[in-house]
This record gives sequence, structure tokens and C-alpha cells, in this order.
Amino acid sequence: MKDDTSSQAYWKATLALLTKILIVWFVVSFGAGIIFADMLNSIKLGGYPLGFWFAQQGSIYIFIALIFYYSKKMGEIDRKFDVHED
Amino acid sequence: MELQTTIYLVVGLSFALYIGIAFWARAGSTSEFYAAGGGVHPVMNGMATAADWMSAASFISMAGLISNMGYGGGLFLMGWTGGYVLLAMLLAPYLRKFGKFTVPQFIGDRFYSKSASTVAVLCLLVASLTYIIGQMTGVGVAFSRFLGVEKETGIYVGMAIVFAYAVFGGMKGITYTQVAQYIVLILAYTVPAVFISLQLTGNPLPQLGLGSNLVGHDISLLAKLDQVVTELGFGKYTESLPGSKLNMFVYTLSLMIGTAGLPHVIMRFFTVPSVKDARSSAGWALVFIAILYTTAPAVGAMAKMNLIRTVTPGAVMGNADIYGAESALEYEKRPDWMKRWEKTGLLKFEDKNGDGRIQYYNDKTKNAEAKGKMDAAGWKGNELSVNADIIVLANPEIALLPNWVIALVAAGGLAAALSTAAGLLMAISSAVSHDLVKGIFAPDISEKGELLTGKIAMAVSIVVAGYLGLNPPGFAAGTVALAFGIAASSLFPAIMMGIFSKKMNKEGAMAGMLAGLFITLFYVFAHKGLFFIKGTGYLDLIGGPNSFFGITPEAFGAIGALVNFAVAFAVDKMTKEPPEHIQHMVENVRIPRGSRAVDGAHA
Repeated sequence: MKDDTSSQAYWKATLALLTKILIVWFVVSFGAGIIFADMLNSIKLGGYPLGFWFAQQGSIYIFIALIFYYSKKMGEIDRKFDVHED
Repeated sequence: MELQTTIYLVVGLSFALYIGIAFWARAGSTSEFYAAGGGVHPVMNGMATAADWMSAASFISMAGLISNMGYGGGLFLMGWTGGYVLLAMLLAPYLRKFGKFTVPQFIGDRFYSKSASTVAVLCLLVASLTYIIGQMTGVGVAFSRFLGVEKETGIYVGMAIVFAYAVFGGMKGITYTQVAQYIVLILAYTVPAVFISLQLTGNPLPQLGLGSNLVGHDISLLAKLDQVVTELGFGKYTESLPGSKLNMFVYTLSLMIGTAGLPHVIMRFFTVPSVKDARSSAGWALVFIAILYTTAPAVGAMAKMNLIRTVTPGAVMGNADIYGAESALEYEKRPDWMKRWEKTGLLKFEDKNGDGRIQYYNDKTKNAEAKGKMDAAGWKGNELSVNADIIVLANPEIALLPNWVIALVAAGGLAAALSTAAGLLMAISSAVSHDLVKGIFAPDISEKGELLTGKIAMAVSIVVAGYLGLNPPGFAAGTVALAFGIAASSLFPAIMMGIFSKKMNKEGAMAGMLAGLFITLFYVFAHKGLFFIKGTGYLDLIGGPNSFFGITPEAFGAIGALVNFAVAFAVDKMTKEPPEHIQHMVENVRIPRGSRAVDGAHA
């Protein structure tokens, strides 16, 4: 980290990524799995009502994808601002 | 071979495997014991973390609760996995960069105060102890069935074994032993699920089976289940809510932030080799956890179906009239697994209408149509009570699977309960001996004395947890959920503010932790009794059960966390800023460069 402006920009980029991911995190679990579950239940995914599927299956798969996406993007941000390890 | 003999054999073999690996790994390298996970592939580390994390609550209890709760059970599934997203993004990489071993150390250094560290120890102890009570409940169920004794005796035996396991066994911390435990545990969970999914739907993958049609029928499994449980007076399986939507929302949130605040989970990320690994290893851990968590809803739904099929043959696959006089199973002809579980006292039958048959239904139903038919059929109340915590262990027996599968499930349940109980006891013993006694009360204590203090702390915790486990505040998963609520309301906000708010000072953090912990415990104890002792609850004082907008005590952690944040920011505004060097430290923690090996010493 060379100076304060670059350090602030790095933190800003990090927070922007976190916000983006947290929005998806919220929408799939609390949104699709709980708040809008009743509405989504009228759509069927195979034998699953969709809202039920999000609550008991779908959100878990998406959580996994989110963590790996975060890990990859964070690596890119680290390198861009030259703060990565070694 | 006799079922009981097979169980002894499989459980014995699995223990021999763990001990064997422990010896082999220790002979290979001693440093591995201390640098738990250092130099181990992130995938292996993920498996070990998953074994550490998935406890009796996940393995033994959760699917049973889902089976009872239906759709609402999704709160456990989302809550206990969604927390990993928070952990990976908000805490793990920064705590790794910080480079200390325990949560109280981080709090103490970040908030430049030994008092803050002491408050963190207090929060950690309350959360971990509550967690262990839940584990003991699960261990009691597993041992009572495994040995064919009553639940109480099961808990006593469990206490002794957990104690021996945690105190004498150096197995904890050896990654490969935990990898082996993970493999035993996950096979034990998925093998019966695959069998049962095949039987019911013809699809070997339980995750797909739950969304498939019933064998030989045009109707999907879930639709049929909805229909049958409605006839029996229960809520519709795919829609039934835990109280209210608000409660489900808050409950899920509480479990999520609790996951990110529980000390024994966070500890694992302190010791990964780099910040980069801290980020991805949470992902790998979640992959291995998800194998169980996406199977659990199928186990729950299919167990419900099989239970109903057993009690009312022909209700699911045939077209038998559920209310017919000849439909229900005669008690004398009940299957062997019912007799075996009756011995533990966790499954009970009472012939209320004296017809010698088993009626299993919801006698408090609000469904007038079903109620009318039940009365017409001469039913006098539900006659079968099945403790939710036995569903997973009994599941392969209910589905009449081969003996070796039943034995495997017993081994898996014990692996899950023992590995997590040992992990928690380690967290408690290090908090008491290292952070509390050595860090604050007696800095000159010898290494031997520190070790002894740790062991005494473990023994005391087991006795307390075992005693309270005899009269548990709820099912294993429900009690564990309380522990998550306590961690969510006390530790998570403090750690998060320590990283994301440069200006948060010690006064704010301490006031926040104490306020969050106090209000959560106040609400929980009102329902469950002071310190979980039966009969000391004070519901009148708070205006009846779930009086706060219908929120259950298990879900209250999220509210406690809000209070924690609010109090912390208010107090922070009124007191002076943290010193300059602390603000620099926070900036430094935020960037990965310069991470170094972890050292446990006090600064």
C-alpha cells in the first residue's frame, strides 16, 4: 500500500463487491425463500414448488457459488491495487 | 448377523479408524498437531472444517425437525449455510490477517482493553456451553438407542465418553482424523437417503428424488405428502410456517450471523496458511456441508412419508382410506424398530380409543373437514408420540434397510456428536485457561497449570451440560439454535465493527456486547428458565410466550444483534475515539499483504 488514496480506493472496491454479493445473498434466501415464497410456489421446478425449492435447496447452491465468486474477484482486486500476498 | 452385533462392530471399526489415523499422523509429523491445517490442501481442510462444524444438531436432529416443520424447516438449512457467506466475506480473511488464535484475543487487542477481552470470554462461554447442552441431548439419543437403554442412561454414558475423547484424546486438531470422521458421517447420512429415495421415487439422488414423482404414480412426492398430511390434520408440508413469516425471517437471520460469530468455527480460519486461503476454504467447507444440507430436506420429507406409511399401510402408495376402521396398524403387529425405540422412552404409544390400533395425527387441527372425519372414525386423540430427535437414527429402520446401513448411521451420529463436542470443549478450555486465567488473573501461571486449568474447565462444562441435557430446553437442534442466537447477539457485531468501523472504541464495543447478550438471555430465560433450569421461567413478566412480535426465543438473536449495534454506536458517539495506533492497525488488517504465521502469544 503506497498512499492513502490508493488504500481508500481499495477499501471502496472491496465494499462495492461485498454489497453486490450481499444483495444476491439476501434476494435468494430472504427474498425468494421467505418473503416471496408463496408467490413463487405457483411455479413448479419438477415436483418442487419454486419458493419451497429456494428455501430448502436453491439458496444453498447459490451460497456456494457466491463464496467462490467473492474469492476470485477479491483476488483480482488485491492484484489491481497491489496488496496481494507475496 | 444380529443387528446389535453389527452396530457394535461398525461403531468399533470407525473408532479404530480414527485412532489409527491419529497415531499414524502423529508419527509422521508433530508440528501438524499445532499448525492444524497448515500445509494441508484446502479441499482436505474443507472436509475437516465440515466435520468440526456438523454436529449432533445437523446430523441427528435437523432432518427430524424439518420432517415436523415442513417448509419452515428451511430456516435451519438457509441459516446454517448462509452464515458461511458472511463468514467468508466479513470476518475470516481479516481475522486471518490479524494473526491471533482466539476471538477474545482479537477483541482484546482491537479494543485495546483487557476488560473487552473478558467480556468476550463471557459471551464465548455462554454460547459454547449452550451449544454443548444441545450436543449432550443428541449424544443421549444416540447412545440410548445404540446401547438399548433409557435416554438418561444414554446421557451419562455419553458424558463419560465425550470427556475421555476431549481430555485424553489428542485426536482433535489432526486434520486427517477429521477427514475420516467427515467421510464416515457423510456416508452414514447419504447412503440410507439414496436407498430411501430409490424406494420411493426411483431416483437415486435424494436432491432430485424429493422433486420427483412417486414410483408407479403420476403425482409428485411432495404433492402426495401435502395431501396425506392435510388429511391427518397437519399443515400443508410445502407451506407450513414456524409461527409467522416474520419469525422465520428473524430465525434464519439469527442462525446466519450466529454461524459467523461462533468461536469454534472462526478458530479454524485463524490457522489457514494465507488470507487468500481463508477466503476460499470457507467455500470448500460449505461444499462439503452442503452435501448433507441438501440431502436433509429429502430425509425429512421421506421419513414423514415412511412413518405415515408404516402406521397406515396403503395410505401413500395405495388408495386406502386413512379414516377406515381397518386402515391403521394394529399395535401388536408393530414393526421391530418401534419396539426398540420404545425402550429409550423417546417413542410412546397410548391406545386412547381402545381399538388396539395406532392412530397418528394432529388432534389439535383447525381443519374442520379433517376434524369431522376424525371424530366420525372414533379417534380419541393422537396415540403415537415420536421425539423429533430420533427420526434420522430411526430412518433406515423405518424404511426396513439392511442392518449394516442402520449400524453405519449409528457410527455417523456418534462421529458428528463427538467431533463437535470435542471442538467446543477445546474452545472453552482455551478461553478459560489462556484468555482468562493466563491473560488476566494469573499471568505467571506455569504451562502445566494452564493445561490443568483447561482440563478442569472441560470437566465442569461436561457435568453442567450433561445435567442440563437431562432436561433439555428443547430438541438438540433447537437448543443449538439458542447458542447461535447468543453468539449472534454478542460476538458477531463486536468482531464486525472491529474490522469495518475504524472509529469504534472500547466503550462502545463492551456496552454493545453486554447489551446484546443481556437482552437475548433475558428473553430466552423467560421462556426456558433461568440458566435453563426447568421451572424458573418468568413468562408473565414479559407478557406470555413469544410476546415480542411473535418471535420465538430461538430466533431472538437477530434482535439482540440489532440492540448490540445500536447501543455500541450510541455509546461510541458519546465517548472518545480509539487511539491513533489502533486506527492504523484496523487499516492494516484490511489489506492481505504482510500476513504472517499465527502466534498465540499475548502482545
